[in-house]
Amino acid sequence: MNKISDKLIFEKSRAGRRAFAQAPAVDGASDIPERFLRKDRPRLPEASELQTVRHFTRLSQKNFSIDTQFYPLGSCTMKYNPRACNALALLPGFAGRHPLGPETHGQGFLQCMFELQEMLKGVTGMKGVSLTPMAGAQGELAGVAMIRAYHESRGDHERNEILVPDAAHGTNPATATMCGCVVREIPTDSEGDVDVDALKAALGPKTAGIMLTNPSTLGVFERRIAQVAKLVHEAGGLLYYDGANLNAILGKVRPGDMGFDVIHMNLHKTFSTPHGGGGPGSGAVGVNSRLLPFMPIPVVGAVEEDGDTRYRWLAEADLPQSIGRLSGFMGNAGVLLRAYVYMRMVGRKGMERIAEFATLNANYLMVRLAEAGFELAFPGRRASHEFIITLKKDARAYNLTAMDVAKALLDRNYHAPTTYFPLLVPECLLIEPTETESKETLDGFVDAMIAIVEDARNNAVSYKEAPYTMPVRRLDDVKAARQLDVKFDGG
Amino acid sequence: MPFIPHTEKDTDEMLAAIGAADIEALFDEIPAELRIGTLTGVPEAMSEMQITRLMRERAARDGTPLCFIGAGAYEHHIPTVVWDIATRGEYYSAYTPYQAEASQGTLQTIYEYQTMIAELTALDVSNASLYDGASGLAEAALMAVRTNRKVKSGRILLAPGVNPVYAKVATAIAGSQGLSFESLAADPSTGNVDFAQLPEDRAPVAVVIQQPGFPGTLEDVDRLTNWAHAQSALVIAVVNPTSLALLKAPGHWGEQGADIACGEGQPLGVPLSSGGPYFGFMTCKQQHVRQMPGRIVGRTTDLDGEPGFTLTLQAREQHIRRSKATSNICTNQGLMVTAATIYMSLLGFDGLRNVAIQSQQNTARLVAGLCTIKGIERLFEGPSFHEMALQLDRPVAPVLAALAERNILGGLDLGAVMPEYGNALLVCATETKTDEDIEVYVRTLSDILGSTTSRKRA
Repeated sequence: MNKISDKLIFEKSRAGRRAFAQAPAVDGASDIPERFLRKDRPRLPEASELQTVRHFTRLSQKNFSIDTQFYPLGSCTMKYNPRACNALALLPGFAGRHPLGPETHGQGFLQCMFELQEMLKGVTGMKGVSLTPMAGAQGELAGVAMIRAYHESRGDHERNEILVPDAAHGTNPATATMCGCVVREIPTDSEGDVDVDALKAALGPKTAGIMLTNPSTLGVFERRIAQVAKLVHEAGGLLYYDGANLNAILGKVRPGDMGFDVIHMNLHKTFSTPHGGGGPGSGAVGVNSRLLPFMPIPVVGAVEEDGDTRYRWLAEADLPQSIGRLSGFMGNAGVLLRAYVYMRMVGRKGMERIAEFATLNANYLMVRLAEAGFELAFPGRRASHEFIITLKKDARAYNLTAMDVAKALLDRNYHAPTTYFPLLVPECLLIEPTETESKETLDGFVDAMIAIVEDARNNAVSYKEAPYTMPVRRLDDVKAARQLDVKFDGG
Repeated sequence: MPFIPHTEKDTDEMLAAIGAADIEALFDEIPAELRIGTLTGVPEAMSEMQITRLMRERAARDGTPLCFIGAGAYEHHIPTVVWDIATRGEYYSAYTPYQAEASQGTLQTIYEYQTMIAELTALDVSNASLYDGASGLAEAALMAVRTNRKVKSGRILLAPGVNPVYAKVATAIAGSQGLSFESLAADPSTGNVDFAQLPEDRAPVAVVIQQPGFPGTLEDVDRLTNWAHAQSALVIAVVNPTSLALLKAPGHWGEQGADIACGEGQPLGVPLSSGGPYFGFMTCKQQHVRQMPGRIVGRTTDLDGEPGFTLTLQAREQHIRRSKATSNICTNQGLMVTAATIYMSLLGFDGLRNVAIQSQQNTARLVAGLCTIKGIERLFEGPSFHEMALQLDRPVAPVLAALAERNILGGLDLGAVMPEYGNALLVCATETKTDEDIEVYVRTLSDILGSTTSRKRA
């Protein structure tokens, strides 16, 4: 990769230089009185258009990405983002549409959104969908808020405990806290399923609900889900489905059929909208019939008028018990359009094949790595769309940690899997290949993994200082936190 | 299936390696009674050619009307470079920079973004962005409660200029953690806070001041900031980033400056796109940084002593702190931040200032034109920034509908969101509007109002 250290855009600036084509020429000043005006001159870049293009093009080349590398980041579903999804979401009629524009000038957009809601209902088995949450974590917030609103509406004011498995994403307990709930952690048994006895002991009159990911973050399907659902419902609680791993089960089993009352979907995972260096996400929520009145607004509705279908926003007046608005307008509309295009291109049969080939790739990779001597966290279980290996023996015997393997992979032109998550498996790598990777790519990754550990075991190669071929060497995170430098001050 | 590369031979070899008879066998841990037969609700697949045609038809149906709506989302010129570069695969299809050494592009871009936003708001520290402006205010309110520990009321006071939707969103997101939001009384002639009615007994944990106010009004931010600090409250500034090329920055408000600034980043190169994806920005004084939500990028050094960038202060975040995190937020709006960083680099301070001034002048021209029509006058006295409220002598909704029929989106029906202002219309003309656009709007509205009047007479 590009080893040359790039100066900051501020350091490349020269006073008076500009991209002159990009700003309007202005005649005169504003009529705003002096006391409201800014006196200082903030440090923004002063660069030509070419300099700007070159600077950010060069920076982009310092990234690993799906378009350039295999990116088996577990729990993140780094599949190919079809280019058409982006191009079609940016058509002028869509990209230029003001969020407060009238419904008469938004029927095309609203129809896409309505149909997206319907498709998501179909693949999840839920009765209603609201597209407004802007990321998975906001979908979680909406979901737990709906669970609380449901209990409140029944006068069930004591229910404020949310049960969360110890393997859960950090967002689950953080969300429960944000919703004013108390978190109770449920342990996992040795095979990766929820410990049902511990669950039984935790359930009671204060139980608001449980948040589950299925397949779980351990990469295995929760086999006793029907029993878990029955127990929680009998205790008066509701079930929340974290859709992080929905890719694994598309067309095979639906959260609604497993007994979940409310779910969120990560459209940037399962439905392939861009991850964009950390976002935007999109966390649409689905609900069963008892939570329909509480959905976040706005939602798109359809009305038949003189043989035509008209699409309209449903808001406060239509859903008076709604948990309310979570964004300034309607959420990440442009992301939703990309997901819509993706789902239409994949189609009904394609949806089923996503889960099939994501699962095939994961199981193939798992078997190949196991045969090569890597230790599986849950041997004897099928992989879902992802699986975990643990390096705890190598860490002890050869001082080869999960972090070392991750950095060594970068030097071999593979993005690392997720490291040190879930927290309950020591020295773990969570590997998710996705359905869009070919057998050759997976075989190449296996070869790289074998070569890395063989060198450590047999040739005493240390990766403590890896990577070597990236734009930078291993970074000093301690210094980053202690001598905080988060803004360029000219020095 | 469009995006799966497996040949039949690949599939057979892989199944053989696994020791499974067929793909179906890989799902044998899912209890049979939960399995579904076939999916419903999803139509058959379309080719790229077919979906392109469908989407073009739908986009064309929505058209490209002449738009004079602002109200929190603004149509500005977006240089071609912005999205040409931001949608390069290396930016577009990368993820959160967990592997810093393989993500220096995204990380340096965010560091540069943090610098630009901190400079614009004249505060010390920026995060890597939040979802949008409205949810950003909710996060700022929660942050203020964590920061201002000596005030226990949980009460946040909102200046009258605060976007009413932002107040709703903040309540929906933060309400269940014991926060309450109360509005300060407005002076109806200016739309700004009525200083004579400021309460001395509310013990606010924070005061939220939006500048410019939702109807474009300019508040006496210095005086209100000083009042808030005298109440032991923190000041949360909600600002439009374009305006900061012209207006006093939050860090310079009053004697001590605002403590936290946040707002909608959309005007910085992000398309209107029906409301998202946008990004919320947030900055604060140095001493509050450990209570800030969201990702933060820091500059450090590598093993060779060379500079490099990494995510920092992660001990605040959900993946480490779980139920005790500063927020449940996980993603930032990385792609939008990339676009905004490129936008700010292209425009610089002078370019952004020209955008602000031109928008200001266009809106002034539009309002002057509209006020020549009988039955229209300005709603508020006093200065404004690039958006203005008008009083009409009749209900606004039918007028807007008539304009829309002629392909003009004439503004926001302000009375529908702030009923206290009655028949009020909020208009905005950014730098994208020409003199001719403005004339077309004035003439068309004059026709509509005139013809309505004449019908009445007949």
